[in-house]
Amino acid sequence: MRFILRRLGFYIIAAWASLTINFFLPRLIPGDPASTIFASSRGQLRPEQLDQMRAALGLSKEPLLNQYFTYLSHVLRGDFGTSFSAFPAPVTAVIGNGFVWTLLLGGTALIISFILGNVIGIIGSWKRGGLIDNTLPPLLIFIGAFPPFFLALLALYFLAYQFNWFPHLHAYSDTIGTDFNLNFVGSVINHLILPATTIVLVTMGGWVLGMRNTMVGVLAEDYVTMAEAKGLTQRQIMFNYAARNALLPSITAFGIALGFVLSGQILVELIFSYPGLGYLLIKSVTSLDYPLMQALFLMITFAVLGANFIVDILYTRFDPRVRTG
Amino acid sequence: MRTGQIPIDVEVTAVGQVVPAPVVAPSGTGRLTWLRNLTRNRKALLGFCIVIFFVLVAIFAPLIAPGDPTSYVSRPNLAPSAQYIFGTEGQGKDVFRQTVWGARISLTIGFATGALTTFIGLLIGLSAGYFRGKIDDLLSLIMNLFLVIPGLPLLVVISAYLRPSLWTIVLALAFTGWAWPARIMRSQMLSLREKDFVSASIVSGESNARIIFLGILPNMASIIVGSMIGSVNYAIGTEAALGALGLTNVSDVSWGTNLYWAQNNAGLFVGAWWTFIPSGLCIAFVAFGLSLLNYGMDEITNPRLRAERDLNDVLKDRTLRNIRATPVVRRSH
Repeated sequence: MRFILRRLGFYIIAAWASLTINFFLPRLIPGDPASTIFASSRGQLRPEQLDQMRAALGLSKEPLLNQYFTYLSHVLRGDFGTSFSAFPAPVTAVIGNGFVWTLLLGGTALIISFILGNVIGIIGSWKRGGLIDNTLPPLLIFIGAFPPFFLALLALYFLAYQFNWFPHLHAYSDTIGTDFNLNFVGSVINHLILPATTIVLVTMGGWVLGMRNTMVGVLAEDYVTMAEAKGLTQRQIMFNYAARNALLPSITAFGIALGFVLSGQILVELIFSYPGLGYLLIKSVTSLDYPLMQALFLMITFAVLGANFIVDILYTRFDPRVRTG
Repeated sequence: MRTGQIPIDVEVTAVGQVVPAPVVAPSGTGRLTWLRNLTRNRKALLGFCIVIFFVLVAIFAPLIAPGDPTSYVSRPNLAPSAQYIFGTEGQGKDVFRQTVWGARISLTIGFATGALTTFIGLLIGLSAGYFRGKIDDLLSLIMNLFLVIPGLPLLVVISAYLRPSLWTIVLALAFTGWAWPARIMRSQMLSLREKDFVSASIVSGESNARIIFLGILPNMASIIVGSMIGSVNYAIGTEAALGALGLTNVSDVSWGTNLYWAQNNAGLFVGAWWTFIPSGLCIAFVAFGLSLLNYGMDEITNPRLRAERDLNDVLKDRTLRNIRATPVVRRSH
């Protein structure tokens, strides 16, 4: 319990830190967003609208500390302002939609890559120097060296544009409604395959290698020898004795990987025009929609923090040692 | 033995004690063996060759692909031919020139960020590990914050406010990337600090700076080089990502911006694969080369992996050259 409370404290500090970064970035960096919008409007905005713009962005001439507390109270109430690009929709409505798609893509990819990678790692370490162990890890390292967005570009170009096996854009077909029926689900899955496979391919190597190297250590432990002496089946020893103990570092890495997926996914989402948070983030940057961009950054950060916290809670269930620590 | 002759060299200390003179290790051995072993490791050597190849391409860009990479040379989207070996891109610029010249900015940003990140990481990691206590608590908290806040979204937001130039990108990349090296340095420092030679230096009244920089730092050389390679890899990949998003200076020629223009000029749509494959492959090869170099380093400096390599040699009935650990073979499965 003390462990969980300590972690909770850390995540609250982390959330506060990202809020603060979010507040100070536009104010400390030279040049202000309102002038940027004004400059890029090419005379469509009148100079007196510049001040209104600043007010809408929360950039006033008040002392910084006052602005900071106004900002915090707005965020706590869940008020992130109005999106410029999707005017007059509030930012929260725009984000809610994107969140579902990001969770679907990231979640699917991460779970598949975690399970596949760990199973390959376990089997590879069991038959060390065997076929799987000799071919898959180097191959996955090579694929893992590809930047995710380049792999996505390749997949999109060859599999979607050239061979037409997969749809090019979006999360579901434009021609069908969003009613929840078999047709819709099929279309969603069809659109999910390419981006998810890209992420799985890039991230899997890490799991394989991590699992394999921990397993090599665990297999030398006395209790594995003991299990063999008891005459347990190979499968029982492999999964219930060795893998179960070798899994702990992978679980810790799961939280970090989640952050990585949410980050790395931005580009994959952009390339496949997959309407998740990352896609929205880039669109908000290019359309100078600062309120949406700030809220998205916070949203992605909070998602990562929350996921890490859940992993921490799970960790206490898997490893009794941290419960007392 | 004749009397009056002392078998070993002695020194007389300031207070008049006679002590054995320190034995000076022959130069070139000991601490830097890992560097020599590196040249014998196949993975590391291959990785090194790949990276050096691209560094040379960057340096000799004016000789390899003479001419301005931003000038319009022909009609857009020409397929590769004898005249333009990588074809032309969506605006009629020479893709080969752009790929070769792109190495310059991509690698400059990569190595500059790698150096800066490692420097910050060293400074913070070493202080945290050496001073421990309150300083460590605070610095570790900051490290963990930077590790948990997702880097790429933060970079996207930063570059939305900054007017991107080469050096602001380096600064932004270092800002989001220093925490991981710092953590590695810290844990290394924590374990080295317990060694006897550090306690001896403390007792003999050496200054903190001297102990850290002359006593401990040289023992971390392989870790520092390894973490720097990792940082360069991170920087090149992330710069390419930001470039491909159009968030760096899009009028610069780098591998990232090449990918941005390929997408922006509908290279995929019109089937002009030559506009994005060269730059993408370059990024992938540099990343692969750097990873190989790092795996090679790991095999040399990590005793467990080293033992495993010896073991594999035994399994494949190769003769062992210099055994450092006893290979144990499990024959049961």
